[in-house]
Amino acid sequence: MRTPPLRMAGTAVLALASSLALCACEREMRRFETPPDNRAAPRPEAPRTSALQPAEARSDPVRLPAGNGEGYEDNAYNVAQGKRLYRWFNCAGCHAQGGGGMGPALIDDQWRYGSEPAQVFSTIMQGRPNGMPSFGGHLSEDQVWQLTAYVRSMSGQLRKDTAPGRADALQANEPEAARDREPARPGAK
Amino acid sequence: MMDALHDVLAPFGPQAGHVRGLWTLTLAVCTVVFAAVLAALLVALLRAQRAGAESAPDLSSLGRPEPGRRRSVIAAVAASTLLLLALIAASIFTDRALARLSTDGALRLEVTAHQWWWEVRYVEPQVADSFMTANEIHVPTGRPVIVTLKADDVIHSFWVPSLAGKKDLIPGRTATLNFRADRDGIYRGQCAEFCGSQHALMAFFVLAEPPERYAAWAAAQRRTAGEPAEGQPLRGREIFMRSSCAMCHAIDGTSAQAVRGPNLTHLASRGTLAAGSLANTPEDLRRWIADPQQVKPGSYMPATRLSSEDMDALVGYLQTLR
Repeated sequence: MRTPPLRMAGTAVLALASSLALCACEREMRRFETPPDNRAAPRPEAPRTSALQPAEARSDPVRLPAGNGEGYEDNAYNVAQGKRLYRWFNCAGCHAQGGGGMGPALIDDQWRYGSEPAQVFSTIMQGRPNGMPSFGGHLSEDQVWQLTAYVRSMSGQLRKDTAPGRADALQANEPEAARDREPARPGAK
Repeated sequence: MMDALHDVLAPFGPQAGHVRGLWTLTLAVCTVVFAAVLAALLVALLRAQRAGAESAPDLSSLGRPEPGRRRSVIAAVAASTLLLLALIAASIFTDRALARLSTDGALRLEVTAHQWWWEVRYVEPQVADSFMTANEIHVPTGRPVIVTLKADDVIHSFWVPSLAGKKDLIPGRTATLNFRADRDGIYRGQCAEFCGSQHALMAFFVLAEPPERYAAWAAAQRRTAGEPAEGQPLRGREIFMRSSCAMCHAIDGTSAQAVRGPNLTHLASRGTLAAGSLANTPEDLRRWIADPQQVKPGSYMPATRLSSEDMDALVGYLQTLR
């Protein structure tokens, strides 16, 4: 007995769809172990470059990142966590939803202190002159990497399949996953 | 968890009493109307002509207009109109009665709703006497309270069924609600407008107390946090200031002055945590700080990873904030 062509086509589509679904494996994989570079390891230290800090101003140096945040930007869970933290820690208080306010915009192509993950990480940890507080120590390095990944997704620097496609709360602009990549123009004012 | 009254039918203040009166009247009218409609239906069924199982259907009524039932129809329409008008009048009188509550010497509160907790500010004529708390409102019995209602993010609704009706809090607008608690007790309140994933865990408590007890409570709330004793609490305060806690919460009298989350100056004096989600015990406080998303998924508080000793110290310090 011959298989009807329609059924064969249906099986083929199903097989194709299943193999496509496999491509999305690990997209949202969660690590429950703290990544190695979060643990105490000898790493270069740098002074804080902003006296603005939550509560008391700390003078202890912050540890510079090892690597470039590998494993965060290609993982949708981490980027989504970064998006939640961006809201919870009130980054929006100064940067709004990326359009900028008291602080500079994050959805454009201008990066005063560099667009590389390690540079954004240092900016959050050390703080920057003229307003950006130093959050080193107040945030875990895991959280800072997640925030870094999300901040970079705001101007389309991430892959479409890991950048957030929706928001938990009201958002005026289009989803990060739908944004065009803004080629970074370092230092541009 | 706090044992509190949450009952529309058990009013403990004049405002809730008026609302209950209107509710009772509406229930009575609707019961009578419902019974009358059912009775009319029953009479119509009993009086309807019936044919035998074999006889041909009687279609003669299709050919002639409906029999004259004009009088009963007119009577029913008139009765419905009158009853509805009576309910409208009762509603207007209830509204007027609610507005007539004397506000002489009223206590003034400003309540701001956030996803998903209540910020409470006691507004006193002297700015230095004003103070902040969260999710727990103490009021003196017999004294009217004027609550100014605001929303920070989305629409919420302030509802303490045993004391007053609901009032919406709309972002960008200011509403007011007046009430008075006549008997001391603990009354539960709840957000009554769907406001997101944790709407259900957005409760608060109104504690009505005799005036002298209220005064003592208010005096305690005005005090800033004291210097913790050496050892564990001191270490706990250091952890609070150095971790992410201080990024969102304020403890008056310390350098933590953030207003993103609830004010914790007198956290240990409150009965519950996270807007009525947990009892305020050291174990639950620990659980809440360690992973709020497990207790209240979607709430705007991230998990705080601390070593066991650091967590003990932090919880120990927070327990001293009476």
